[in-house]
Amino acid sequence: MNSGPIIQVRGLRKIYRVGKVDVPALRGVDLDVPAGEFLSIVGPSGSGKSTLFHVIGGLTPPTSGSVVVDGRDLAAMTDAARTRLRKRTVAFVFQKFNLLPNLTARDNIAVARYIAGMDSKPDPAFDEILRLLGIGSRLDHKPSALSGGEQQRVAIARAVVNHPAIVLADEPTGNLDTENSKAVLEVLRDLNQRLGQTILMITHNPEAAAYGHRTVHMRDGRIVE
Amino acid sequence: MTGKLVLENLKHRPMRSLLSILLIGVPVTLILCLVGLSHGMIADSQRRARGSGADIVVRGSNARSVTSQSGAALPEKFLDYFAKRPHVAVVMGVVSHSAELPLIVNGVDLDQFNRMSGGLHYLQGGPFRNSDDIILDRYYAEQTKKRVGDSIEVMNRTWRVCGIVEGGKLSHILVPLKVLQNLDSANGNLSQIYIKLDDPANTQAVIGQLKQSLPGYPIWSMEELATQLQETVNSQGLHAFILVIMGIGVVIGFAVVCLSMYMAVLQRTREIGILKSLGGSKGFILRIILTEALLLGAGGTALGILMSFGARYVIETFQPASFQMEIVFSWWLRALAITLVAAILGALYPGLTAARHDPIEALAYE
Ligand SMILES: Nc1ncnc2c1ncn2[C@@H]1O[C@H](COP(=O)(O)OP(=O)(O)O)[C@@H](O)[C@H]1O
Ligand SMILES: [Mg+2]
Repeated sequence: MNSGPIIQVRGLRKIYRVGKVDVPALRGVDLDVPAGEFLSIVGPSGSGKSTLFHVIGGLTPPTSGSVVVDGRDLAAMTDAARTRLRKRTVAFVFQKFNLLPNLTARDNIAVARYIAGMDSKPDPAFDEILRLLGIGSRLDHKPSALSGGEQQRVAIARAVVNHPAIVLADEPTGNLDTENSKAVLEVLRDLNQRLGQTILMITHNPEAAAYGHRTVHMRDGRIVE
Repeated sequence: MTGKLVLENLKHRPMRSLLSILLIGVPVTLILCLVGLSHGMIADSQRRARGSGADIVVRGSNARSVTSQSGAALPEKFLDYFAKRPHVAVVMGVVSHSAELPLIVNGVDLDQFNRMSGGLHYLQGGPFRNSDDIILDRYYAEQTKKRVGDSIEVMNRTWRVCGIVEGGKLSHILVPLKVLQNLDSANGNLSQIYIKLDDPANTQAVIGQLKQSLPGYPIWSMEELATQLQETVNSQGLHAFILVIMGIGVVIGFAVVCLSMYMAVLQRTREIGILKSLGGSKGFILRIILTEALLLGAGGTALGILMSFGARYVIETFQPASFQMEIVFSWWLRALAITLVAAILGALYPGLTAARHDPIEALAYE
């Protein structure tokens, strides 16, 4: 793990406005994540875990506080700049897989490369990743023909295809049975160990959390320990 | 990659895609048919006018335009006068009478007509023998399914088909001159006089002399008649009409694309959210929606072109004498441009809506 945190969050607040009501989702979050860490985040539903990811991933701007990702402060960035961040710096893995239903697994991965502008470069390292994920033979199927575990592994492949600095996995095993959960968690751990991939993972499951180097707990929009 | 995304989206909802293409295609067909009919019918008139063999045509002084066929206003004695002019080889008097639109019946003297046009080529039967005899060209015979010996209703009168001729000379329907003059109570009068010269090179010189001696009478060379036909048809509102249909085409194309793409965008909020979560910019999302709309527009144009061939087939099969339709290639590009503009306009609002979608909401677990 090299110098300085790749994610540095200070005094982060996020308030959603729903109609005329302010919903505080994050109420002052401080967090440092060194590069190469596999960090687990746990906490009750509604405690702001997903919102934290959405802010770090630039899907929504912070209300106040600073969020420095890979040396850049998101609070100072435009919408478009935060969108660009997701091309190569931050990648998401979702509970519901969120693959494009009309495209094959291969094309789902190709779309991510295309959007990031990487589609013309050959990538031998990625072939290694595909082998690691064990989905090489399933790439020409559409998501509807894949099991949940396979879909999630395709989603992980899509997330890492552009070699992002950070992978944000929001309950990646929330929709999977024990066996598939284990496979996905092992893939994440392999990516972390072999490639030094920085991973933040939200989970409800203590066993899943144990795959990380460290676990932080969230409650009511704050990190409590 | 954009292309693949768009194609897969179109394939994913084939019914919606095909319906959109069909709806865009219909006004394209309409435009192409209108243009094709105007081209085809003018060309047919010109061909028949040239087929008469004449070099010059003189019309009654009250005939303001070439397409006004009513009124036989030329005294028959002009024939002798013209015949004695220098360079004039053959003269022919014709009476015109509208039949079912847009057909015109010509009353002709077959002797004059044969000398002028080089003779009719009879596929069946032969020249007039009785006052109720009628000669059809093969197109009108085909259209009405008549053969020699059959009776036929034309101008509210029953005629007997005496001959069927190869087309392309003067009119699709010929009757004896005297009979039509009688019918029109136009004894001794003619609608047009056709003049054939010893040498077509003398046409302008003879026209110049005729205009001097007959001021007020429209006198045209056959070439001028051809351009006159075109101009008259255009000035008689056909241009405006085509413009109106084009406008309707744009509106329909716009509305179809707008509705279709808006529906697609609503159905695809999640997909759009996914693309944004992968770093897809607003411009990227907009581009995808516009590309899809452009494909619908191009598909609609292609279908419209195909359907215009179908329309031409139907016209050639069932109404070969009344209507002629040409496939006007230069209008394919125009039709394409029209639909693409409509498609882009129609996709703009849905596209911008999609581009502005909040990805968090789109990705929220339902
Ligand atoms: N897009 C949103 N608009 C309004 N309120 C939201 C939105 N996203 C989350 N919230 C609210 O913020 C709080 C934290 O939600 P979330 O971050 O999803 O929690 P967790 O992921 O820990 O379950 C909740 O009260 C939730 O209702
Ligand atoms: Mg959550």
